[in-house]
Amino acid sequence: MALPNNLSGALRAILIRDVTLTLRRPGELANPLIFFGIVVTLFSLGLGPEVKLLSRAAPGILWVAALLAALLSLEGIFHADYQDGTLEQLLLAPYPLMVLVCAKVAAHWITTGLPLIGLAPFLGILLHLPVETTGVLILALALGTPALSLIGAIGVALTVGVRRGGVLLSLLVLPLYIPVLIFGVGAVDSAAGGLPFAAHIYLLAALLVLSLTLAPWAIAAALRISLE
Amino acid sequence: MFAYLRNRILRLGSLDYFYFSAGRWIIVFGVFTALLFMLGLYGSLFAAPPDYQQGESVRIMYIHVPAAWMSLFIYVVMAIAAAIGLIWEVKLAEVIAASSAPLGAWFTFLALATGSLWGKPMWGTWWVWDARLTSELILLFLYLGIIALQGAITDRHNAARAAAILALVGIVNIPIIHFSVVWWNTLHQPSSILRSGKPSIHLQMLWPLLVMALAFKFYYVTAVLLRARCEILAREKNSAWVRGLVQG
Repeated sequence: MALPNNLSGALRAILIRDVTLTLRRPGELANPLIFFGIVVTLFSLGLGPEVKLLSRAAPGILWVAALLAALLSLEGIFHADYQDGTLEQLLLAPYPLMVLVCAKVAAHWITTGLPLIGLAPFLGILLHLPVETTGVLILALALGTPALSLIGAIGVALTVGVRRGGVLLSLLVLPLYIPVLIFGVGAVDSAAGGLPFAAHIYLLAALLVLSLTLAPWAIAAALRISLE
Repeated sequence: MFAYLRNRILRLGSLDYFYFSAGRWIIVFGVFTALLFMLGLYGSLFAAPPDYQQGESVRIMYIHVPAAWMSLFIYVVMAIAAAIGLIWEVKLAEVIAASSAPLGAWFTFLALATGSLWGKPMWGTWWVWDARLTSELILLFLYLGIIALQGAITDRHNAARAAAILALVGIVNIPIIHFSVVWWNTLHQPSSILRSGKPSIHLQMLWPLLVMALAFKFYYVTAVLLRARCEILAREKNSAWVRGLVQG
């Protein structure tokens, strides 16, 4: 891949390339969604069909399932590029690596986070989540999933050279996902209980801004170490 | 004077010099650790009075609280050492960070386990999902993640650098742990010592606690030096001085 000779052009090229690559293999796009649906089904089967219990647990189930689906797709951010050498070219590109990785993370979010947000309201209906909270669920996921992609990319960058790094990746990344989970569930929970939910949304937004500010540094540094 | 200090620090950074001087420090710190533990255990088991509400089980606090302090303290030490190793490529800092992680994980486990033992008679349950307990558990997971990452990468230098990044990312979690008591108001009682104004704990109970905390600190230094020596031997196993050491 030849990068255009300005930064915004390079970012656009990486973004379009990564999205196109995923779209050409629709299976890759669909797998996290199917996984999301299956996990929600498993929870319903495990907890029983009681409406009250399910609707009470729905925010937590939806968030945990979305989080695991996002986790499973994480390796795709860098793995193929690591194997065919594209990643090394990115390191050698005359642009700051921490900016370039943002484009890769954005592409990952567009191909996994965005479809998850689209599917979540329907799974919410299956779990008897009050319909009024759909807006809050979408808003919380829209703020939370980019943060998940950013934090997750640090883990992928650290484990990209490790053989069978999948389990290790979840071990590294899941503890860091906890704040997003807490405030994400908190927002939907409060909305479902008729309570003000703005504080949770603000905190989610703060987490997103924080990870957007700091994660690219960590991702770039981690990639440099992994590719040494 | 400056040149002398600089030379001392540079020599400290070289692993073989550190290996031999650490061997002497271990004895000093080990003796202090033993003395402090004797004093602290006497204070906490015999001298301190039982609590008027908690009875004798208050004595668990003398292990639990220092262990919880250590779990945070070691993480900060590890993150600072990791940053020094990452930025200035100081090998010794990498060794200290790598040796600290398992110790921190054990102190975190100790804090959780003793807290659970104390919680059963006091709160009537082994475990509650309260903010501080949960954060401590997350801290344990962070430690385990760092240890796992260190173990997964064969090259020790690269492993240390990758773990250093993870430690620095995880340190964002430390303030969350500290302020979680303020943020989520739940079952766990607020900290009694680190408050503005006078500590709300009686002097008779405070001094054994502080001595135990100091004993834990000295134990950590002793243990980290022991581990660092092993780590240095493993890192430098192909160097002439280690070969000379083994062959005698």
